[in-house]
Amino acid sequence: MAVGKIWVFAEVAGGKPTPVALELLTKARSLAGTVEAVAFAPDAADAAGDLGAHGATTLYAGTDPLWGELLLGGPAADALATLIQEHQPDLVLFGMTYNSRDVAGRLAAKLGVPVIANGLDVSDADGVTVHSSVFGATLNVATRFEGGGPAIAIIRPKSFVAEPSGGAAAAVTQVTSPIDEKHKASRVTDRVADVAAGPKLEEAPIVISGGRGLGDPKNFELLDRLAAVLGNAAVGASRAVVDAGWVPYAMQVGQTGKTVKPAVYLAFGISGAMQHTVGMKGAKAIVAVNRDENAPIFKLADLGVVGDALKVLPALVEELQRRRS
Amino acid sequence: MKVVVCVKQIPDPNTTGQLDPTTHLLKREGVEVVLDPGDEFGVEAGLQLVEAQGGEVTVVSMGPERGVDAVRKALAMGAAKGVLISDDALRGSDALTTARVLAAAIRREGFDLVITATESTDGYTGVVPQMIAELLDVPAVTFAKTLEVDGTTLKVKRQTEAGFDLVESALPAVVSVTAGVNEPRYPSLKGIMGAKSKPLDRLTPGDLGLDGAGGGTAGQGITGVEPAPQRAAGSIVKDDGEGYKLIADFLAEKKVI
Ligand SMILES: Cc1cc2nc3c(=O)[nH]c(=O)nc-3n(C[C@H](O)[C@H](O)[C@H](O)COP(=O)(O)OP(=O)(O)OC[C@H]3O[C@@H](n4cnc5c(N)ncnc54)[C@H](O)[C@@H]3O)c2cc1C
Ligand SMILES: Nc1ncnc2c1ncn2[C@@H]1O[C@H](COP(=O)(O)O)[C@@H](O)[C@H]1O
Repeated sequence: MAVGKIWVFAEVAGGKPTPVALELLTKARSLAGTVEAVAFAPDAADAAGDLGAHGATTLYAGTDPLWGELLLGGPAADALATLIQEHQPDLVLFGMTYNSRDVAGRLAAKLGVPVIANGLDVSDADGVTVHSSVFGATLNVATRFEGGGPAIAIIRPKSFVAEPSGGAAAAVTQVTSPIDEKHKASRVTDRVADVAAGPKLEEAPIVISGGRGLGDPKNFELLDRLAAVLGNAAVGASRAVVDAGWVPYAMQVGQTGKTVKPAVYLAFGISGAMQHTVGMKGAKAIVAVNRDENAPIFKLADLGVVGDALKVLPALVEELQRRRS
Repeated sequence: MKVVVCVKQIPDPNTTGQLDPTTHLLKREGVEVVLDPGDEFGVEAGLQLVEAQGGEVTVVSMGPERGVDAVRKALAMGAAKGVLISDDALRGSDALTTARVLAAAIRREGFDLVITATESTDGYTGVVPQMIAELLDVPAVTFAKTLEVDGTTLKVKRQTEAGFDLVESALPAVVSVTAGVNEPRYPSLKGIMGAKSKPLDRLTPGDLGLDGAGGGTAGQGITGVEPAPQRAAGSIVKDDGEGYKLIADFLAEKKVI
């Protein structure tokens, strides 16, 4: 099956598509002649400019105000199923995010087609194939869709670099099918953000992460001070310290947290379990500080310092202040 | 309240998994297996709900015969009943087939709430819960950091990229819980002994009105497996008190300061 038409499911917030939607559009352009986007949000149509600039010629937009209050999965899968029947895309791409995963799972069950999750790349040599890596990124696996369409793939954020195509704003086609009553049984009553100020974890050129080796939640302050003196850094964490309640989940890097690809990743007191390293091994350079010279993180590090993070951190902050002045 | 918790037996996550070179299926022979640690949170969440509100927890699992150990562990923790669906033809099932089998078993039991983990530790596709919800035609309240049931309303703090959403949903529903939602209990000795006499249904897909393969279709196939390229070795140095300088130099060399 050659891919003629690819759809990208875009999440839109504040009129802006999420970065992963633009990454997926960039990839889709290299695979198919027709690339279109679908979005459900009260302000979905406002994303037509950004989506068009990354290759979507059409945006199917559901703009009922209810989209802002309901869980996305159920109603979006309904609406997509109807649209797919009418327009017959060969492949629908989703980002591996909470909401998109909900939509993709429900949609696949509704259509009775398989879904391949956790993709890192997608190709179309001999049928649509999704490439992923398993067992802590020690093995690369290629999985091909073999049944009838559409193929549904869920791709991890940061798998591709978003590049503008220079295209015009996508033509907006309003999705008019009403939201079924049953979906109103669950509602989002409030949205709470608990991430710190400063650059976002996924976008910062430097990511400084701390793990259980920092010993105490208050030592995360040392990472904040280092981030402050660097200016272009965000602070992340291993799951061990998130589960222990030291820092919010939004800071977790890894398989069940965020994927980051900064220019430099610094790991302090993190052992380097494979579920952590899947989320950061795409960094251009990796620095690790760990007391244990056998810590697996040193296998990935470009620079590894075997020592006490609690000594190295304050000294590093002072050194950088000195070099700055 | 009738709570059904989906639990899966997986290869011990502390060992590196392997694929069979010819079938490309996960190697299960000669590998230690455990109840997925992620599912322990689901069992605990279910037990806490019925302890507060009355009712019963049933655990449902699809997997090979020896998966009965995972079901027994959940029974030892306090679940009232277990269901294990096994069939050779289910080996290597994809997410949709798994969801079809589980949904059929859950329907047979009846439910107010279905609890799953957000993703399995071995497969981590993370779509089975949503698929079950679609097949049962109920809401899927996914990625719950906390959950409570107030009368017939489920209230959840749902994980988001930036923090969390407060979500309210009518029952029946499917909820998937994140790790850390609670502190799973250890089975007591009394629990372990008692588990042996609790009801445990062993079913085949046929008993659920499905064909041997669970109604699955061969919609996807693995076409290649190869070792991932590893990063080149870096320089590892012992901190002699000046390690911080090496890091500062490294940052300067990478032009990020
Ligand atoms: C399904 C599943 C999903 C998971 N997802 C994730 C995920 O998304 N992200 C994630 O991070 N983990 C994840 N994990 C958990 C992962 O397996 C590890 O348990 C976790 O990453 C360990 O965190 P850590 O490195 O902080 O702690 P530890 O493994 O306890 O390591 C602490 C390290 O600190 C070092 N240390 C101690 N004191 C000092 C000191 N003073 N100075 C310097 N070094 C010191 C120690 O030598 C040790 O290496 C997942 C696990 C499972 C089963
Ligand atoms: N074979 C199975 N038996 C019982 N529950 C399962 C099975 N597969 C998946 N689940 C449930 O669905 C969750 C998500 O699985 P997955 O979508 O495979 O990542 C798991 O954590 C389990 O709670």
